[in-house]
Amino acid sequence: MKQKHIFVTVGTTQFEKLIAAISEEDIIKSLEKLGYSSIQFQTGNGTYVETSHPVIDISYNKYFSDFQEQIDRSDLVISHAGAGSCLEVLKSKKPLIVVINEDLMDNHQTELAKHLSEKGYLYYCTCDTLKETLEKDFNLLKPYPVSDGNIFADYLDQCMGFQ
Amino acid sequence: MDASIVLEITFMIILLLLTRVLYLIHKITTGYSRKSGEKRSKCSAIICIGSGGHTTEMLQLIRNLDFDKYNPRYYVMAKTDKCSRDKVEKFEQLRNKQQDYSIIEVPRSREVQQSYFTSVITTMYSILCSIPIVLKTMPDLIICNGPGSCVPICIVSFILKCMFIKDIRIVFVESYCRVHTFSLTGKILTYLADNFLVQWPELKIKMKRSEYIGQLL
Repeated sequence: MKQKHIFVTVGTTQFEKLIAAISEEDIIKSLEKLGYSSIQFQTGNGTYVETSHPVIDISYNKYFSDFQEQIDRSDLVISHAGAGSCLEVLKSKKPLIVVINEDLMDNHQTELAKHLSEKGYLYYCTCDTLKETLEKDFNLLKPYPVSDGNIFADYLDQCMGFQ
Repeated sequence: MDASIVLEITFMIILLLLTRVLYLIHKITTGYSRKSGEKRSKCSAIICIGSGGHTTEMLQLIRNLDFDKYNPRYYVMAKTDKCSRDKVEKFEQLRNKQQDYSIIEVPRSREVQQSYFTSVITTMYSILCSIPIVLKTMPDLIICNGPGSCVPICIVSFILKCMFIKDIRIVFVESYCRVHTFSLTGKILTYLADNFLVQWPELKIKMKRSEYIGQLL
């Protein structure tokens, strides 16, 4: 069977609860059952307890300068709700689970995650519902449409009186 | 001179200014200033850089602009934001070899979790700091996409417009993560931005004057 890799990213701030949730024995066990063989954490500024597992290879890094490569080499990305991270993963056409940080009040990034999941581009959940979400069928997700990069440039040219 | 005449003249001037301000806001909010009347071949631009996600988003938006036309470019950002500075420098190096851009640093207008009262004072201070930036660069265009730091710069350029000194176009793009609600910056700039773009049709419905031109990111 193919070796499946998970990339977990919490962005530039911290999301200790997510790292702790994925490190739980319960989740790790179900990941093993689902056929995953390695997990790479990007931990940001938070503190965490390193865990290890006989079958699943778990590694931790604070940040990545080759963020894009980390996405490319993974089969599933679990991310915080940051717009930047979400977009990068969606554009790379990788299955994505967005985990919402309920401890952040007035969090408009939740708005985006909900919306993108309604459109069928990703799944979103909280730390408590992560286990069920991991078992969902990622083949049902729709690919994120490629944007025409010139729309804004053309619009601005017109507004400024160019052409 | 008679005191009452001075008073009358002052009153007249205030009345005229007020009319000018209201006229401009009317023009802006009804979309009459969406397109520039004059033809041009070059324009200088202030690009307001925020933090984290805002920076990445802004660079994505402007990546396909013709930099031969849009030059020079002035990137305005918070002094403390080393990360954004790196991103902008990397972006410019990849885009072109000419050094026709510069980075201008400003003090932050509002720290996270700052109280309401002190943020009024720091905002006043950052408006004062924005005056020399706008006057020195005298741009034709200001592009911003959400960070609060762009508001003082837009206010200063609006004042210049009111006084017939320079017609600076303000283009605002609401952040990608705003699907159903506007940011505070967006709410303020409704009255100041000549072009007001949103990134979701769901948000366009909420404000008549906003424009949705398609998927930008």
